[in-house]
Amino acid sequence: MPALIPDPSLRLSTEISTATHQLLPDLTARAITAAHTQTPACPCTPGRATLTDRPDGTVVRHAATVAKAHAPHTNPTDLTARLTAATHLPGILLPPLDPTPVTLHDRQVTFWPYGTPVDPDDPDAAPWEAAATLLARLHRTPAPTPLPPMRGPLKAVRAITRLRETVGGHPAAVPVLHAWTLLPAWARAEAPQPDTTTLCHGDLHLGQLVRHPAPDGPWLLIDVDDLGVGTPGWDLARPAAWYACGLLPPDEWTRFLAAYRAAGGPAVPADGDPWPALDVPARALTVQTAALAIVKAVAAGRPLDEVEGAVVDACDRMGSVPPELTPGFAK
Amino acid sequence: MQCPKCHAPMHPYNRNGVQIEQCSNCRGIFLDYGELEALTRVESQWQQPAPPPPGPQAYPAPPAPAWGAPHGGGHGGGHYGGHGSHHRHKSFGHMLFSS
Repeated sequence: MPALIPDPSLRLSTEISTATHQLLPDLTARAITAAHTQTPACPCTPGRATLTDRPDGTVVRHAATVAKAHAPHTNPTDLTARLTAATHLPGILLPPLDPTPVTLHDRQVTFWPYGTPVDPDDPDAAPWEAAATLLARLHRTPAPTPLPPMRGPLKAVRAITRLRETVGGHPAAVPVLHAWTLLPAWARAEAPQPDTTTLCHGDLHLGQLVRHPAPDGPWLLIDVDDLGVGTPGWDLARPAAWYACGLLPPDEWTRFLAAYRAAGGPAVPADGDPWPALDVPARALTVQTAALAIVKAVAAGRPLDEVEGAVVDACDRMGSVPPELTPGFAK
Repeated sequence: MQCPKCHAPMHPYNRNGVQIEQCSNCRGIFLDYGELEALTRVESQWQQPAPPPPGPQAYPAPPAPAWGAPHGGGHGGGHYGGHGSHHRHKSFGHMLFSS
C-alpha cells in the first residue's frame, strides 16, 4: 500500500541544478553516440536540440534519436519493468531503443526513436480519436510483465504537496485543498486503486503522443514513467476534467469518448452516463491542475488567468457536491 | 474494418443519419455505395429552407458532472470560443500539453 512518505523528487536543491549543469552536455554526447550507432552516416552538424529540461526530466534529441534523463531518484527496477512493458506493446507504446536504462550523473537514462509530436501551435488538430483508441487498446491488453501501480494518484499528491508547501495560504488554494480532502483515499495515493490489474498510462495529455516513424507514421503513446496497473478512468480524466471545467468543447470531448468506447475501452460503460466512472479521477486531475496553476502563477508574480480561474472555480463547486462512488461495473 | 490507407481500425459514426466509417488514425472517411449521394441529398435538404436562427442548445450537450461549468447556451459557461474552437485560449493550449 503506497504510503504518504516525503517525496525525494520534490526536492529542488542546488545539488540537482549542479548535476543538471553537467547532465545536459553529457546527455547530448550520449544521444549523439546512440544516434550514430543507429545511423553511422549521420549527416549531422554538431549541436543538440533540447526538447525538455526540467528538474523532473531532461530530454535531448540528436537526429532520429532521443535521450531522456529521468527524474532524480527514479527507481531503476520499476523503470526497467516499465521499459520492458513498452517493448512488448508495439502499436500502442513507442518502444525504447534499449529496454535497460543506463546511469549518468546518478540519473537513469533511456534512448528512444524520435517521433513527431502534436503541433502545440495547432491543438485543433489534436488526434483525439487516436489518443482514445490507443488508451482503449492499452487498457484491454493484459500487463505483459509485472508492473508497479500506475502513478497518477502519486502525481496528484505531489501537486498538492507543492501547493501546501509553497503558497498554501493563497486565497485560491482554499477551495483546491478542500476539494482534495473530499476525494477517496485511493485517489490521494493513500490506499490501493480500486483496479489493480488494468494496464494504464498514468499521465495522458497531448504531449504524450507522437507519430512514429516520423513524420506521418501512426500515433503512439510515449513516456512510460507513470505506466502501471490501476484504475483506467485516470487516463481519461484530463480530457474529462477539461470538458467539465468548460475548457474543452463538447464536440471534442464527444469525439474522444466515442472513439474510446468504439475501441472497446473498459474504463467506462459501453453506453449511458460515463461520469460515475470518471467523477473521482476527473476531480483529482482538476485539483492537480489547479494546484500547479496556482504555484506557477504565484511564482510568476501574476494573477490567475481565465483558464486557471475556471479550474479553481470547478474545485470550488466540488465542495458542495460529494464525489460519486466509483462503480464496479463488469469489464 | 481496417483503413485501406494506413490500416488502423475504422469506426462507424452517424452523420446526418448516414452511417459512415472514419479511420481512428488518419481520419480518412470511407463511404459505401450510395452514401455520398445520401449525404448530398440530406445537405441540400438542409440548405433549401432558410436555416432556423441558431438558437441556444442546437444539440444537447453530453453529460457533465454536477461540479462542472455550465456548458453551451451562451450563459457564461465555456471558455472556448464558439464552434470549432478556433479561438482557443492560449493558456488552455499550454494546459493540453502539460503534466
